[in-house]
Amino acid sequence: MIPAAAFFILAAVLFVLGILAFFVKKDLLTQFMAVEVMLNAGNLAFLALAKSLGKAEGQVIVLFVITVAAAEAVIGLAIIVLVFRQRKTIQTDELKDLKG
Amino acid sequence: MAWAVFFTLSFLCIGSVVAMILSRNQAHNALFLVLSFSSLGGLFGLLDAPFAAAVQVLVYAGAIMVLFLFAIMMFNLRVELPARVKRARLALTAGLGTVLLAELFLAGRKLVIGSPGAAPAAGGDTARLGHFLFSEYLYAFEITSLLILAALVGALALAGKREGS
Amino acid sequence: MAELFWLIPLIPGGSSLLLVLFGTKLSRRWVAWQACSAVLLSFLLSLAAFIHLARAPLKSPGLSKTLLPWISSGAFSSPVAFTFDHLAAVMALVVTGVGLLIHVYSTAYMAEDRSNARYFAHLNLFTFFMLVLVMASDLVLMFVGWEGVGLCSYLLIGFWFERPAAAKAGMKAFVVNRVGDAAFIIGILFVLTNMGSSSFASINEAAGSGLLRPGLATLVAILLFVGATGKSAQIPLYVWLPDAMEGPTPVSALIHAATMVTAGVYMVCRLSGLYAASIPASTVVAWIGAATAIFAATMALVQNDIKKVLAYSTISQIGYMFIGCGVGAYAAGMFHLVTHAFFKSLLFLAAGSVIHALAGEQDMRRMGGLKKHLPVTFPVFLVGALAISGVPFLSGFFSKDAILTSAFAGGHYVLYGLGLLGAVMTAFYMFRLVYLTFYGEERMTPKAGHHIHESPRAMTIPLVFLAAFSILAGYVGLPVFFGGKADLFGRFMEGSVKTVTHHLAVSTEGLLVVLATAASLLGIALAFVFYRRTPALPGRLASRFPGVYRLLVGKYFIDEVYDAVVVRPLVRGAETVYERFDLKVIDGALNGSAAAAGLAGKGLNFLQSGLVRDYALAFLIGAIIFLGFLLL
Repeated sequence: MIPAAAFFILAAVLFVLGILAFFVKKDLLTQFMAVEVMLNAGNLAFLALAKSLGKAEGQVIVLFVITVAAAEAVIGLAIIVLVFRQRKTIQTDELKDLKG
Repeated sequence: MAWAVFFTLSFLCIGSVVAMILSRNQAHNALFLVLSFSSLGGLFGLLDAPFAAAVQVLVYAGAIMVLFLFAIMMFNLRVELPARVKRARLALTAGLGTVLLAELFLAGRKLVIGSPGAAPAAGGDTARLGHFLFSEYLYAFEITSLLILAALVGALALAGKREGS
Repeated sequence: MAELFWLIPLIPGGSSLLLVLFGTKLSRRWVAWQACSAVLLSFLLSLAAFIHLARAPLKSPGLSKTLLPWISSGAFSSPVAFTFDHLAAVMALVVTGVGLLIHVYSTAYMAEDRSNARYFAHLNLFTFFMLVLVMASDLVLMFVGWEGVGLCSYLLIGFWFERPAAAKAGMKAFVVNRVGDAAFIIGILFVLTNMGSSSFASINEAAGSGLLRPGLATLVAILLFVGATGKSAQIPLYVWLPDAMEGPTPVSALIHAATMVTAGVYMVCRLSGLYAASIPASTVVAWIGAATAIFAATMALVQNDIKKVLAYSTISQIGYMFIGCGVGAYAAGMFHLVTHAFFKSLLFLAAGSVIHALAGEQDMRRMGGLKKHLPVTFPVFLVGALAISGVPFLSGFFSKDAILTSAFAGGHYVLYGLGLLGAVMTAFYMFRLVYLTFYGEERMTPKAGHHIHESPRAMTIPLVFLAAFSILAGYVGLPVFFGGKADLFGRFMEGSVKTVTHHLAVSTEGLLVVLATAASLLGIALAFVFYRRTPALPGRLASRFPGVYRLLVGKYFIDEVYDAVVVRPLVRGAETVYERFDLKVIDGALNGSAAAAGLAGKGLNFLQSGLVRDYALAFLIGAIIFLGFLLL
């Protein structure tokens, strides 16, 4: 059996990769995808914990996280669509209205 | 045997995320992510969570990433402009990432990680999961369904085409 | 009725407040009626309380009432309490009585002035504060009145503040008074730290019974007296009074002749127990009084402005009052205060009448021959002049004689001599004024002499009253000459102040009376010679002794000395502090902190880039730090 530690390490690496992706990319859509990666890393950690502690709550949480992530993706994409319609661009370098 | 599967799946997962970072084409990014999520699904399976694995593939890889692809197609962007990432920014982010990784490892060591885990109770863990879902976590379950409804309506309200626009 | 005595100060105070708030909306007639009625009411109340006291047996303590506890801290307390004893009765009657006549006079004198309401508001306010001063039971409350009358003096001297000279004079009065007040406050502090209260009763008692160490008593007495030199215009703080003549003439009459300037004399008499217990302090008082009396009289000899002559005369006469107090004859000093109030305010008001008739002319060199033009003003002025000169049978004679006799009887022969000399000079300069103004050829400018008219009744009737008092007031204090019982005033005052009984042989007393009379008549005769018989004489004398003449006309250049020694350094010091400290340090700190805030803002502006990515970076850094805390 594979020790849960391995999964934790994997989850940590995945999370940091997600962060890296968020900061390196310059368009909204890809940054959004990076957020999804981070969420998944969290899911992995939860499941590893569920397995190692023998409780099923971890899986319940994962289920909910996936559901909520789906809802969030829907709304997020709707907003990105709106932004694109208004500004004709999704490059974050040009979306600087909060400046000052 | 299990280790081989584990390493293959992990390699796939991490590799596709790295490829996503390196690629400049948005459609490619999305597709790489599909691959990544699918392998994650496999990893979930390794963790004795078949239901979660199925849901991951169905919802995440199947629905959410498809949604992303629809959005990409709608934006109809050609190749992403070759945006130069500044060296300094890359270094900063890499540094911060490393720090975070270290912290996470440190945190992980403090975790009480039990033995590879007791075997799931009889009746299959899916049944157990369902049991939990409909008894203790019923409220969360119902509210989540409301949340999905809200997301649906919200998306329509936000981005639906106006009359005559 | 007499129990309502505590209303005496409050009625004019209330009237003043009303006039301040609503005066400009009221009609001129209403303002005049209200102001005068307020003082009239106070006068009637004072009269009632006085009668009550007069009927009570001698040495009875008088009425007193505490209005509020006011200050009470630790061992020290100072309530707002009024006392109406014999001394206060006399002062209150003078303040309200003479004050009433002057209020009435003002209604005509200020009839054309546009700030009518302000004038009467200030005048009522002054009456309020003066009455607080005389009816206070302790030093602290008296000081409130003391400061208050100083304030009103400033306000009224500078009443026509658009005139730079008036504004400056008002400030000069206030600032010079302040110097005296500083000493006064220090005196009060010494009293307070050594005794838990500053009430007059306790001070007098402590001084008399020896509870107060003699050194301390002298120190306090002298400090308080320095304050009195400021308020009562004695050496060295008299310099403001001549300048104060810039104010309206009724103000000069009320404040700078009859009441405020006598506050110092009142204070000394109030604390007669203290001053009697301290011979050094009393000596100081008497000698300063005498020196001032002579000093001011010499300056009055050569003044050309009619009001300035009267101002220096006031300074001189107050010196006499202090001589009386200094030799222990407090009742005599008070007696002269009362008679002086009558004839000096009479002289001022009559002078006002003359100025009014000549459309504002105040220089005596451009007057003359007014005797036939002013049928009411001239006789009353003459009465006043005779009274102040100490001519027998008028009030001034009795009061001045009382002081000089007490000085002689106490063995202070030098003081007596100086007083006698002063009497000669007083008569001389007063009649110089009379001859220059009312006799001789008319030297008026055409503008002034254009419409010489007698003043309206509102002005002349008070004059007549004052003249009557100037004649009759003396008879309440007949000298021992006529038998001891005849000194009603002195016996009345025994209720409140220490009195000394001196025993002079009737013949000695008679001799002193003759000497005093001779002095007055000598002065008048000299004035006649100088200004009627040989009018060229003054000019020849002046050219024979040019140095002396210049010294006198220049008022001994005291003002210039003060200016160079005190005023200029202070102003320069203030300017230096302003430049070095106020501008550089304080403004610098303020501007600097503003600039720092601005710099900080500009410096941190880069954080607000508007890019979500940068904000997310901040999140990340925050999360890392937080996680670090959790781990460590």
